[in-house]
Amino acid sequence: MMLTLSWVLPLAGALALLLVGNADGRRDGVIRWATLVVSAATLAVTLAIWAGFNGASSEFQFVERVPWIPAFGIDYYLGVDGVSLLLLVLTAFLTPIALLSSWGSIERKVKEFSIFMLALEAAMIGVFISLDLFLFYVFWDAMLVPMYFLIGIWGYDQRIYAAIKFMLYTMAGSVLMLVAILGLAWLHYDATGSYSFDLLRLYTLEIAPETQRWFFLAFTVAFAIKVPLFPFHTWLPDAHVQAPTAGSVILAGVLLKMGAYGLLRFSFPLFPEAAAYFAPTLALLAVIGIIYGALVAMVQPDMKKLVAYSSVSHLGFVVLGICAMNVQGVEGAIYQMLAHGVSTGGLFLLVGMLSDRRHTRLISEFGGLKAIMPRLTAVFMIITLASIGLPGLNGFIGEFLIMLGAFRWNPRFVVFAGLGVILSAVYMLWMFQRVYYGEVTHEENTRLPDLRPREWAAAVPLCAMAVVMGVFPTLFLRPMESSVEALIARVQARQNLRVERVEQPQSPTPNSQYANSQVRSCGVGCWELEESVR
Amino acid sequence: MMDSSFNAIVPMVCVTLAALASMGAEAFRARGENLPIGGLGIVGLLGAAAAAVLLWDRNAASFGVIVADNFGLFVTLVLVAVGVLTIMFSSPVVSRDGLPKGDYYALILFSIVGMIMMATANDLLVVFIALEILSIGVYVLTGIRRDDPRATEAAFKYFLLGAFSSAFFLYGIAFTYGLSGSTRLDRVGAFLAAQALSDNPLILVGLAFLLVGFAFKISAVPFHMWTPDAYEGAPAIVTGFMSTGVKAAAFAAFARVFLSAFEPFSGEWAPMVWLLAAATMILGTVVGVAQSNLKRMLAYSSIAHGGYLLVGLVAANDIGKAAILFYLAAYAVTNLAAFGVIALLGSRDAANDELRDYAGLWQTRPALAALMTVCLLSLGGLPPTAGFIGKWYIFSAAVSAGYYGLAIIGVLTSVISVFFYLRVVVMMYMAERPAALAVPAPASRVGMAALAVSIVVIFALGVLPTPVLNLAAASIATIF
Repeated sequence: MMLTLSWVLPLAGALALLLVGNADGRRDGVIRWATLVVSAATLAVTLAIWAGFNGASSEFQFVERVPWIPAFGIDYYLGVDGVSLLLLVLTAFLTPIALLSSWGSIERKVKEFSIFMLALEAAMIGVFISLDLFLFYVFWDAMLVPMYFLIGIWGYDQRIYAAIKFMLYTMAGSVLMLVAILGLAWLHYDATGSYSFDLLRLYTLEIAPETQRWFFLAFTVAFAIKVPLFPFHTWLPDAHVQAPTAGSVILAGVLLKMGAYGLLRFSFPLFPEAAAYFAPTLALLAVIGIIYGALVAMVQPDMKKLVAYSSVSHLGFVVLGICAMNVQGVEGAIYQMLAHGVSTGGLFLLVGMLSDRRHTRLISEFGGLKAIMPRLTAVFMIITLASIGLPGLNGFIGEFLIMLGAFRWNPRFVVFAGLGVILSAVYMLWMFQRVYYGEVTHEENTRLPDLRPREWAAAVPLCAMAVVMGVFPTLFLRPMESSVEALIARVQARQNLRVERVEQPQSPTPNSQYANSQVRSCGVGCWELEESVR
Repeated sequence: MMDSSFNAIVPMVCVTLAALASMGAEAFRARGENLPIGGLGIVGLLGAAAAAVLLWDRNAASFGVIVADNFGLFVTLVLVAVGVLTIMFSSPVVSRDGLPKGDYYALILFSIVGMIMMATANDLLVVFIALEILSIGVYVLTGIRRDDPRATEAAFKYFLLGAFSSAFFLYGIAFTYGLSGSTRLDRVGAFLAAQALSDNPLILVGLAFLLVGFAFKISAVPFHMWTPDAYEGAPAIVTGFMSTGVKAAAFAAFARVFLSAFEPFSGEWAPMVWLLAAATMILGTVVGVAQSNLKRMLAYSSIAHGGYLLVGLVAANDIGKAAILFYLAAYAVTNLAAFGVIALLGSRDAANDELRDYAGLWQTRPALAALMTVCLLSLGGLPPTAGFIGKWYIFSAAVSAGYYGLAIIGVLTSVISVFFYLRVVVMMYMAERPAALAVPAPASRVGMAALAVSIVVIFALGVLPTPVLNLAAASIATIF
């Protein structure tokens, strides 16, 4: 019941708000508080789930299962494991912060804004806890609608273009995934005589390698657009920059993680052989994204755009870690997802605070803010360093683990990815320097107020989390450990099975030979599975 | 005790009586007297619904040419829903636009009789008669605003092209009769099954003519030319009625003829319908993008939706047949509700159906804007709405029959269609309302009630589709 509660609670909040009359904006204050309370209660529910989670088990926990459309084997089927648990908590953690950030900047249609935020939270949580592919797709697509409205109504100047681009890009990818999901259910019918959208049952389905590749591509393109992986990233700068601060925080903090989560939960374990075949290509795109994102971020005059491109770069690391498919790589990828959610969410929040004060986000409009707003500067500094990956803060652990894992898989990628780490220091620190140090170049900047109590309330949890994640990584790594091991074992087992089978003298086609050589090279690195990060 | 052979026509009789009653009421009402004629129609339709429920699972047949099997009854229930919603949406429109009340409702009800007959006909000639009954009603309804030149033009175009397509259809019937010696579908089916291996070209000629006739009625590309003009010219609610009721009835007959009698020749017609489906989906959505008139845009959208239904027909498996039924129900309610919103926003002098008339509607009529958004999202196939389940069902039929290509065309065109549905949403929510634009009058209570019902159905079918899915699956078991 806990999982149902975690997504129904915000949805119920949204529906309740629908009934509140607020045509003249008189109840704005009450609505803001009520929304915050609902999202805080959701956070409490997810924390309770974390507290009750047994980290030693790799099984799905808090499982709920009710038949939904029995004729097609569709169930209302929820559960969390170590991979999704912390992403669930991250979602519930960032939503109240995003709501707080909107208190100063969203002035009109507060009720509608709150409804869309809560509906978005419900759908995002649903994505992370669904174990039925159909249910997953429903949440995945349903999530687009509130986000579309958030960008389109409360965004900046180019909001309509950005909103439509966001919606169409994401939908174009996801409908192909829908066809693949239907295909999977059909394959299950072909093999067993009944339809099933049950993820765990589909994991065990034997799929011909040729078919796997098509299915893998259909799923992976949908997720790659969401991540976003180079070259599917072009929607991201528009959507992130045009969205209101709260929208940007959620987009960067949670929505991007869904792509990576999808790769981990669906693409790789469902189609292990195809995954081995495509992993080097994906990793190459990821590395290109790391460097490209960093280079483009460096030349941005707009802070928000800079942070947006830095996401392309950081998420490249996540995909690289997933492609490595060993314990360090995958744990690092998940850790990086959480860390990126906290630090980039924080960056968007702080940039939003500056932009609320000055109504511009251009770096050249600022300068010397350190003397005027020392507290905001300090907070910004912490988050900036966290984003760069300074040891002792959250960004370091994830990037380090990813590079460790990737090195054991294929060192060549790591050389270039390492370059991305250096570049991230360059663009972040340079931006920091231009905004906060030096002379005050614009007279109007001297009157900017420092952090307000409400902004403290939003910023402090993020800074605290950045430090906690940097100093006590085991707190977060331990719950995911056995699930990640199980996931890798699942992927490896079927890849190795395939290798043995093909090694029998039956003539393999040239293509599959190539595929299997990749499998083997992956397999070698992964034999030392037992060794763990601890 | 009535002869049981009349059972199958009871739903039609109920609606016919209501239609006659509304004509009589109009004839005998005192000048200025306000009779609840629409209510009469609803009573008749509910009677038809009750009869359909009672006939369920009985496979009643009348005179050998009307069969009230579950398939026909399912479509009958959909048509009754279309009728009830149309009448509810019409009631404010009729008094606002000063339409002749009795004639209007009588025409709607007679058209529904034709539609029900078409859905339950088991004889090609009866299908043709039904087609004419419903068409004539709809032709007149299209031009019912005689003071509006566009409506008159639309009615005339619709009539000419409709007559043209009827000729094709009749020609196809003649060929089929000439070969098999019967117009009864079961006999034609038996004859064709025996001929399954022959390559008699005349069978194909008959098949092709029937296909063209049906393609006209469901406005499949390239036989869709009349649709945008007729849909744009007719009063909004009549357009809603045409695009749902006529389509549902025509698809029911199409599916019955092609999936039972002409089943043995599916190898011949499936590729043709494949092409029709692909062309219909693509053209309907791509041209829809370029429209600036909402009714015209929804006309193209309804062409595209015909394409999705054709996908179910091509798949021709059990899922496909049931999917057609479910999709018809989901589409009928959604599309009718969308046209209902347009109708409610119009006024006597201005249709207010240009896209720019919707700018900032959110500010002035938030409830209507929200309901319209739900309809558009359902038409676009986004969860958790009826349209999503419908599309999912159709595409899973295509995938399980191995038509991955059609499924991919289908999902991609539905993304394009989302683009133009979103243009309306952008207008309503994200554009500022120009000061020059008049605030639309408050919508009538009956109209809002109809919208509320539709929205509840849209969400109910989207969240808990199982009962209707099961019903649809059970409906196809009886005939195919």
